[in-house]
Amino acid sequence: MTGWRLPLGMLVVFAAIPLLPLGHDSGYAMLLGARIMVFATAAVSLDLILGAGGLVSFGHAAPLLLGAYAVAALDKAGVDGALPVLALALALAGIYALLTGAVALRTRGVNFIMITLAFAQMVYFATGSIPDYGGTDGYPLGERTRLFGLKVLHDGLPFYLSALAVLVASYLVCRALLATPFGRSLVALRQNEQRARAMGIDPLRVRLGAMVVASLIASLAGVLLANESDFISPAYGAWQRSAELMVMVLLGGAGSLSGAVLGAGVVVLLEEGLGRFTQHWPLIFGPVLVLAALGLRGGLAGMWARRG
Amino acid sequence: MAEVLHVEGLSKTFGALWVTREVSLTLAAGEVHAVIGPNGAGKTTLIHQISGVLLPDRGRISLRGRDITRARPEARARAGLARSFQITSVLPEFSVLENVALSVQAHAGRAMRPWGRAGRDREANARGMAALERMQMADRAHRPAGTLSHGEKRQLELAMAIAADPLVMLLDEPLAGAGPEEVPRLISLLRAMKGGPAILLVEHDMEAVFALADRITVLAEGRVIASGRPDAVRGDEAVRAAYLGEDF
Repeated sequence: MTGWRLPLGMLVVFAAIPLLPLGHDSGYAMLLGARIMVFATAAVSLDLILGAGGLVSFGHAAPLLLGAYAVAALDKAGVDGALPVLALALALAGIYALLTGAVALRTRGVNFIMITLAFAQMVYFATGSIPDYGGTDGYPLGERTRLFGLKVLHDGLPFYLSALAVLVASYLVCRALLATPFGRSLVALRQNEQRARAMGIDPLRVRLGAMVVASLIASLAGVLLANESDFISPAYGAWQRSAELMVMVLLGGAGSLSGAVLGAGVVVLLEEGLGRFTQHWPLIFGPVLVLAALGLRGGLAGMWARRG
Repeated sequence: MAEVLHVEGLSKTFGALWVTREVSLTLAAGEVHAVIGPNGAGKTTLIHQISGVLLPDRGRISLRGRDITRARPEARARAGLARSFQITSVLPEFSVLENVALSVQAHAGRAMRPWGRAGRDREANARGMAALERMQMADRAHRPAGTLSHGEKRQLELAMAIAADPLVMLLDEPLAGAGPEEVPRLISLLRAMKGGPAILLVEHDMEAVFALADRITVLAEGRVIASGRPDAVRGDEAVRAAYLGEDF
């Protein structure tokens, strides 16, 4: 577990972005910053199971998608209150993790990867087959979610601060959880399952618990994403999105939590930056990732830990 | 003496091979019961069945009267069964103290607790340190377990077992792989553990077995061929035959 310097440093950067004297570009900087924080939230939650727990889930976009469709479903019903939206998003994501985790956790290695992918694809196709929510075309959001009538997720600073609050809270929850006996047990199972079981640690219960927590947090990112784009579509839960989240975690440094935030920042900025030069940006992004995987032991966070 | 572990009529086959054949043995509180036998006699398979890594085809295992024959390994651990492995098995990224403290917490059924900092569990830390002191490795408490020498990892495994204060400890060749200079030290540590939890000891080192065991059971080809006090077993004809050619 890394110290507090890296996460605090990133907090300062995120807090400073709205204050930068960028004039007309200020709105764009906040949009980009908010996008990073939304994906960072999802990446941190994936890091809890992938990095700390060693569970290579290839379906982490599914709870994100469920969070987004909770927004769509309630919007369709004329509800824009944050409490019902969050309740539905968390319920869907929690039930999803319980059901799919209980099955997926009976497998190991490549099978676990494939089965988590398969479940996520089911959610992807299911959301695309609901005519009420626009099918594969997607659903334009009528009203953004409000908290007690307040426009906390509306453009500019309110959305930015909400995304920051969700990221900070998610990070702190994951970090605190890893320090508890539950978190230790999760990490112990990754290091040596046979030893952990011989101590009395129940692999299924611990890992299922972690998957539920990670899924709940990812659904919050989905709620934010739906509001940010004013549009909800199955594409949020495409397998490429799951892969992207894995890239963020691995690039940042699996298991360090703050590395996942760094990874999200780098991936979103690279996509945005390279996308301006050429629509073939994945051709550049790919080799960068390969080099990072080869050269960065412990990812960006590992590089930070070894500095000077 | 009170019986803590009771194994009765345990049988297991791998295909046509009987790895365990009608094995019965008991373990009394505070006793060291050694299981010896030539390679392939089924010693480790027996430990695996008692600890739940493998399930027997037939027979019954009970821990202080409670049937655990089909319980999962983690449930047995929480019921009071601790074990060491033939190939050293620790949590390499955790510190030595974290290894022992987690063993205390997990055996006590606190491993699922999603609140409170694990590192600040005073009871687990205190019991962990006490176990490390008994295993003479308190000075290593804050080293990552992965950086220990092989012999030290052996000591750590013993510390993880005794820290949990179990009813029964299953020690699968605790001296395996230890260097000649480490063996006497490990034997003296094992001797110091006598009188605590009942110990089922599988060991190849006959010097260690006769120094430690109150009772010895001899396995050959999966079945018990002799069982009793060390002197009686040493003089047993069937045992000598099973160990033919070996210095016994």
